[in-house]
Parts: sequence; C-alpha cells; structure tokens
Amino acid sequence: MPKIDHKKLAKAAKEKKAAFGEDVDIKSFGKKKSSHAYIRDLSNIKEAERENLLTSGIDLTGKERSGTYLQMDHNVVHCSVKQEGLELMSVDQARDKYSWFEDYWWKAVKVDADKYTAQAELEPHFGYFIRAQAGVETIFPLQACLYLGMQGTSQHVHNVIIAEEGASLHIITGCTVAKNVKAGLHLGVSEFYVKKNAKITFTMVHNWAEDVSVRPRTGTIVEENGLFLSNYICMKPVKSLQMYPVSNLVGPGATARYNTILVAPPGSNMDVGSKVVLAAPNTKAEVVARTLTTGGNIIARGQLIGEVKSVKAHLECRGLILKESGMIHAIPELIGKVSGVDLSHEAAVGKIAQEEIEYLMSRGISREEATATIVRGFLNVQIEGLPQVLKKEMDGILDTLEKEAF
Amino acid sequence: MLKIENLCVEIPGKEILKNVNLEVNAGETFVLFGPNGSGKTTLIMAIMGFSNYKVTSGRIIFKGEDITHLPVDERAKRGLGLMFQRPPTIKGVSLKQMVEVCSGKKDYAKEWVDQLNMESFLERDINYGFSGGEIKRSELLQLMAQGCDFVLLDEPESGVDLENICVMGKTINKLLQKDHHRRDRTKAGLIITHTGYILDYVEADRGCVLINGNFICRGNPRELLKDIHRSGYQECAVCRK
Repeated sequence: MPKIDHKKLAKAAKEKKAAFGEDVDIKSFGKKKSSHAYIRDLSNIKEAERENLLTSGIDLTGKERSGTYLQMDHNVVHCSVKQEGLELMSVDQARDKYSWFEDYWWKAVKVDADKYTAQAELEPHFGYFIRAQAGVETIFPLQACLYLGMQGTSQHVHNVIIAEEGASLHIITGCTVAKNVKAGLHLGVSEFYVKKNAKITFTMVHNWAEDVSVRPRTGTIVEENGLFLSNYICMKPVKSLQMYPVSNLVGPGATARYNTILVAPPGSNMDVGSKVVLAAPNTKAEVVARTLTTGGNIIARGQLIGEVKSVKAHLECRGLILKESGMIHAIPELIGKVSGVDLSHEAAVGKIAQEEIEYLMSRGISREEATATIVRGFLNVQIEGLPQVLKKEMDGILDTLEKEAF
Repeated sequence: MLKIENLCVEIPGKEILKNVNLEVNAGETFVLFGPNGSGKTTLIMAIMGFSNYKVTSGRIIFKGEDITHLPVDERAKRGLGLMFQRPPTIKGVSLKQMVEVCSGKKDYAKEWVDQLNMESFLERDINYGFSGGEIKRSELLQLMAQGCDFVLLDEPESGVDLENICVMGKTINKLLQKDHHRRDRTKAGLIITHTGYILDYVEADRGCVLINGNFICRGNPRELLKDIHRSGYQECAVCRK
C-alpha cells in the first residue's frame, strides 16, 4: 500500500473550518516555543503548579499510579512508568522505536478532518504514546497531564493509546493551565485502539481558564469483544470548547460507554458530544451526558449509528439550567441503516422541578440546601475509576456553585 | 395544636377548598374521609405550604403561631411532617440521604429501617422504581427520622399489601404515641383515607367527611366509615342537607 502523505493532506486542510464550534484563529496565538526543563522527581514541581495538577486528577506522589507523563506547553517534562508490560513515552520516541508505529497514526482520526487536525500534523508538539502489551492489566491507572504554562500560547499534541489483545488499560488525563495563564489554545488529537478482548478506561478532566480555546479530536477503534469506557469532566470556565469524539465498534461484541459531565459558568461555550458507530453484530453503546449551566452555553450532542443488525445502543442527555442567562441545546441523533437495530434516546432540558425542591424542604432543609442536594444528585453519575481526589474536587466545585448560583 | 380558620385554597385556575374550619388537639388522631377530588390532598398540601396550593383567605395556626405564609421548610422545622401520596423521584439522591436530611445527622435510625424492612432500599434513588407500598414505607421512615410533632398522612394504606399494612399501622401508632396513655400523648395526626382500612390498625379519635371542598359531616370515625360503607359518599352529602 502506498504511504499516505499526511503532511500534504494536512496542508490542503489548513484552512478547513470544523463542522461545529466557533472558528478559532490559530495564527492569533504566540509562536514562541517553550523551553521547560525535564523534571526527574515529581515532588520538585513548583508549589504554584501543584494545585492545578492535583485538581485535574494528577497524583504527584505517583504512589497509586503505574506511570506519569507530564507535558508543559511544547516540552515533555516528565515521563516514567513502573509496571512491567506497560509502555509510556512521547509519540516521537515511539515512532523511533517501532517500525509499525505508522499503522496507528491518523487511523482513528482523519488528518484532514479540519484545520485543527491539520495543525497538529503541521506543527506537532509531542503527545503521549501509551501501550499495554497483550494480556497486561494496569494495577494502578497511568496518568498524563497536558499543561499550558505560557500565556497566549498554542499547544498541539497527538496521543496514541493501544491496548493489545486481552489487555486492560486505565488512564487518567488532566489538562490544565498555570495560574497566570488566562488565554491559550489546546489542540489535542487522541487515537485509541482497543484490540480483541481488551479494555481501556479513559478519564479526562479539563480545568481550563476563561480565555482558553480547546479543540480535542478523538477517535477510537474497538475490536472484537473490546470495551472502551470514556469519562469526561469539565466543570471550570473555558472560552470555547468543541469536541465530538467517535468510537468505531468494528469487532463483534465490542462496547463503548461515554459519561460526560459539563458545568458551564457565564462566558463558557461548550459544544460537546459523543458519537458511536456500531459496525459489527452484537456491538453495544451507552452515551450519558449531564450538563448544567450557571450562565454559559452548552450544546450537548450525541449520535448513534447502527450499521448492521443486532446492535443495541442508548443515548441519555439531561440538562439543567440554573440561571436564566444560560442555554442548553441537546441534539440527540439516531441513525439506523438496516432493520434489526435497537437505538434509543432520552433527552430532557429544564430547571429543577419546584415539586422536588419542596419535597426536600418538607423534610426540614432550606430552598438553597434542597437545590444543592438535587444538583449534586443530578451530577452524581456513577463513574467507574474516578479517583478520590476528583470526587472531592467535584464536591468543591459544587460548593462554589452553591455559593454563586443559588 | 393545629387550627384551620375559614381556609380557602385554590390550585392554578380552580378554587378547591371553601371556608374550611378544623381543629386538631395535641394527642389526637383525626381522620379525613372523602371521595376522589374532594380536596383532601389539597388541604394537607396547603397545611404544609406547597406553592401550588394557594391560600386565598383564612389562616393556618400551628402551636399558636400563624404559619399561613411560612415557607415549607419553616413549617417542617416547627414540627409538621407530610407523608406524600405521590412523591417525586429524584435521581442521584438516595433514600439514605433523605433519611439523613430528615434526621439532620448521619445516623439513619436503624431500628425503623429494620421495622419497615427498608434496608435494601437505602442506596436506591429516592422513589425511583418504588412500588406503591414501598413508597409508603419510605415516606414513613422519613417521618420517623424527622421526629415530627404533627403528621399529615395522605392515604397511608393505598397500594400496601396486607402484611405491610400491619407494619405500617404499628409504625404509625408509634409515631402518634399510641403506646402512651391518652393524656400523655403530645403528638397528633391528620390521616386521609379512602378505604378506611388503616382504621383497623390505627385508632382514631375524630373524623369528618370532605365533599366538594366543604366539611359536611363530623363524628366518630368508625361510625362515619360504617355510614360511608353502607350508603356511599352521595348519601353523606344528602344526609346533612
């Protein structure tokens, strides 16, 4: 097969606007490359940076982690792995190491999908390569953090994650910014490959800032009886976030599950969805989104495509509007291409029912406490593998919300 | 303990209760009979202060204080408690959390959980997929944890099987201090019943019949029930005219 010229395709797509989301002017961000030094020992990370990393789910002690990848702007500043059978390195290292690496490059995401994928190819800034060898199960999650440390910069990463046959991989990714960074652009391409009987649990937490634009581009290919579990949480302000990850279930019995929690404060614009293509018999998918606005705008998309018989998938999208100035637009889509598909969805957007508030009040708590209890319950999606620190962080964010919103 | 004076209540666009007067003393159990749509639920929802039930005139006095315009939670804090007929489902909020909200502490009244056979429901979302009987037991558990002085029970027996109605009766008796001598009872209750079955398990002191938003008959609850069984509510309405 002739080698595909990705650079050429990318150049042709350089100005190609994305299907969704506000068009971000990539050129308006600083060109200056960062030069952060390598940090051998995570305990040497500056105090000012620790807090943001922690609240993105990153464990700096590394005690209950199988490995850590930390990238600040354009530099890989830490990369270590403890468990045998797990590999963690930058994609540049992986390319040098493995002759087959190209088989996993731009295979789950198209390089010319839009200007953002093109930019990630034309001006790449590393990204992580994670691989679990056949039959290996992660004891503790691997963690990866992509960090914006320079004001007004853009970061273009490309990640490749592979769970070989029968392997089980658990990854926590936190993306965040330094305290002084208010504006920036993060472009992140991620390609996941779940082989036969393998499993990937991927939890991603985004902690951006008021003027940061974010364009993740994620694709997953799941083979026979593979399981892909994706959790995404974004509860902090972000100027413009648009992503629509896709799972392609190509092997019989493959499963994909997406849980998404979005909280949009005033000034935030989030256009987030999950798409699953059920392309083999007995594949299954479940897409759950809980969205809440305290003044920001949310478009919550979801698409299930049944291409063959005997597939089953469900989409659930619930939105809660806590402040009148906020907007939630739920767009659930079901596409059945043959008979014998079982696709369903339920979507609901609204405010908290007065009846529910008063029910709780009749048990002796105030209107504010009742509202907070209901909101906590609303966001209480059971997320497999959510670290304790994130649970606490979610509680913290809810506490702040209560003070500001109710 | 609870005094209703010339109360008129409307739900959006419709007047339901017309000049209702009622007094229930401490230690008393009062039973409210009435056909569907007569205004029984409206009365207790208005007593609890739900916003959909608007008091257009009259007063609600509880423990000597005018609570007509107090918010729901303030009424609950003063000792009023309500067993809902159709409580809402709240996703992500467990029965255990509700019991903790009621008791104001983490300790969730284990003995009542056992008595009402609710252990396996504690971690479930409140009212989600609960059967009629399970809802009643869950409501009663919350009231026990709340430690109310005055309970408003909306059809406690509806949807409850025979075995559980006995358990419910026992618990309601405990709630209303039926194990104390009459003169020592401080708690009181207002029970709505459609069928009267609950009276086989809970002894009531007085009763009345509500038809079309008016009290039309008062008396001994057992006798009232006998008349209703014999002649129906229609006869009740005619008999007093």
